[in-house]
Amino acid sequence: MKDLKVGCGKPTGAKVGEKAKKESSEGQTQMEKEVTMSVVRVGQKAPDFEAPAYQDGKFGQVKLSDYLGKWVILCFYPGDFTFV
Amino acid sequence: MAAVASKYKEIQELGAEILSVSVDSHFVHKMWQDNELSKMVDGGVPFPMLSDGPGNVGKVYGVYDENAGVEMRGRFIIDPDGVVQAIETLTPPVGRNVAELIRQVKAFQHVRKTKGAEATPSGWQPGKPTLTPGPDLVGKVWEVWKVGEAF
Repeated sequence: MKDLKVGCGKPTGAKVGEKAKKESSEGQTQMEKEVTMSVVRVGQKAPDFEAPAYQDGKFGQVKLSDYLGKWVILCFYPGDFTFV
Repeated sequence: MAAVASKYKEIQELGAEILSVSVDSHFVHKMWQDNELSKMVDGGVPFPMLSDGPGNVGKVYGVYDENAGVEMRGRFIIDPDGVVQAIETLTPPVGRNVAELIRQVKAFQHVRKTKGAEATPSGWQPGKPTLTPGPDLVGKVWEVWKVGEAF
């Protein structure tokens, strides 16, 4: 896990190669590129991504491709403090 | 997530790592860990809990629910080459079966070890018979594998 500078902002994850946000000339943030729903299929490469993470008392940055050479179980879930 | 965490050691021994992802911030992940998960499983969740606020990663993986603004219970098994081997997606009210996840990882690892020469039939567990696809097996699965092996 790479270090993550801890600030008051809320950093987010993104597919590698696509910047999540950029500052527009008005100072507002906007999506640089609309992320569209895609379909990941078995037998195909898992899209690489990078996202902020919490682990073992620390904040950091996690990149999927750093795990090449290992099996990875990627688990999405609806939300913290939900019931199941 | 606590159920997955409770089997972390076994999963790690298989040479696998777990990454969990939700739209919650990494700050909320810490609060969930401190206030609830650590009380459900000894030591709490030991693997990285990723934050994907606007669902950028979830959209790429096809599990982001735009109407609810959350990610569905999608689970992907990715092999050491970065290739997706298995996908399971559940709607929020039904939880995963961690034992089945571990079974699938073991089955994919077995197939990989044999470089694809062997296939694992339904319900396969380590120690159970595998199948070796080839001309001699066509129409003969019934002779070498019984349905009872699946359970």
